[in-house]
Amino acid sequence: MAAPPRHSAMLSVSNTAGTPQSGSSDKSQTPQQPSTPQPTQGLRVPSNRKTIYDRHLNRSRNAELSRASFAYLFAEMVTYAQRRVTGIQDLEKRLNEQGYPLGLRLLDLLFYRTTTTSSSALSSSSTSSSPPNRPLRILTLLHLIHGPLWRLLFGRSADALEHSVSPDTPNEYMITDNDPLVNTYISVPREMNQLNCAAFVAGIIEGVCDGCGFEAKVSAHNQPTEMWPSRTVFLLGFGESVMEREKVLERAGIK
Amino acid sequence: MSYYFTILSPTDTPIFNIAFGTSKGGGDGIARFRFPDTAQYMNQFIIHSSLDIVEEAQWTNGGMYLKHIDTYPPAAAYISAFLTPSGARFLLLHQPPQLPNSGSSGGLGSSSLLGSSGNLVARGSTSSIAANPTSPQTEEAVRQFMTEVYESYVKTAMSPFYKQGMEIRSPVFRTRVTAAGKKWL
Repeated sequence: MAAPPRHSAMLSVSNTAGTPQSGSSDKSQTPQQPSTPQPTQGLRVPSNRKTIYDRHLNRSRNAELSRASFAYLFAEMVTYAQRRVTGIQDLEKRLNEQGYPLGLRLLDLLFYRTTTTSSSALSSSSTSSSPPNRPLRILTLLHLIHGPLWRLLFGRSADALEHSVSPDTPNEYMITDNDPLVNTYISVPREMNQLNCAAFVAGIIEGVCDGCGFEAKVSAHNQPTEMWPSRTVFLLGFGESVMEREKVLERAGIK
Repeated sequence: MSYYFTILSPTDTPIFNIAFGTSKGGGDGIARFRFPDTAQYMNQFIIHSSLDIVEEAQWTNGGMYLKHIDTYPPAAAYISAFLTPSGARFLLLHQPPQLPNSGSSGGLGSSSLLGSSGNLVARGSTSSIAANPTSPQTEEAVRQFMTEVYESYVKTAMSPFYKQGMEIRSPVFRTRVTAAGKKWL
């Protein structure tokens, strides 16, 4: 994404109406502003007069981000998270926390985009343009993560979706990515071989689950194979309340 | 018709609210609730009491728009709900005007069902939103309104400076909601 739109988003949101210092800096920066009719005094609007509300959410839908810049940014995020950590678990926890708010946002964006495409695709036939349903059951949620969410993030579906075979842990599910994009340019030192920086992606998944009302703990684990040396398994452990509700919904026959 | 619209965060914090009146059928867009001005808290009271029903309905109905979910007969208040996938609740309280003058709006609504003339149908459909809060036209208008607000909400949520559960203070957002209300309700 280009730099100016980010900047404009910053300006329009970080200011609230009526703060005196933003009003005064307003005048000094853009002297022509008082001449134009401005219903909300003190709101700093970017020079092209477009706030985030004027930008279409589907505009960057098919835009691709440079992999180099992503790798650079992600490396910086890992470095940032590594400061003052006590161990690998702490570092993974911090990466997880960085991903969590992203998951909450992606959820809304994902639904918004599917709604608008389905309605525009169906507008010609003008049949029921029903938006996608919110996931109510664990399996629909997992399919949402495995398919649409993964495609939104990485441009392809995840590689596998499994349920724990152990009878002790019926609440555990696994999503496998054979070659996670976030780990492509990361070489973990030998003494930290437990570390998997895809903990960031695990945080995103956790945000999505929590947003949908499925309390879960998600962690990333290395499971290398001969063919896929950076194969990563995301382990999703759903909370007690989710499993109870799942049983109730199953009895009620809700899909 | 008077409306009270509120957005609740997943942790039940009100993050946005606005009161407005209908702009259809010669309405001036100013809310006139049946409560005296000193009792406007009644709106919030009624709207928040519907949260129990929302939480029940949200696990049986996977749609985002839950339609009309609750009625509070003493105040003739109708409540419609919309759920975002990330757990925010949009609640709209609508209250038809007291004593629809001369009772003609009901007549217009029923004659519009017969569909005798195009002019009458157009007028009938606008007034039926006000007169009949549970009619399919009203549901559709509210759905359109909610979808439009949802778009603005997603834009707010996508901002890196917005954290989930924060109050939405952007005057642009408020303008957008007002415009959506004018357009559909």
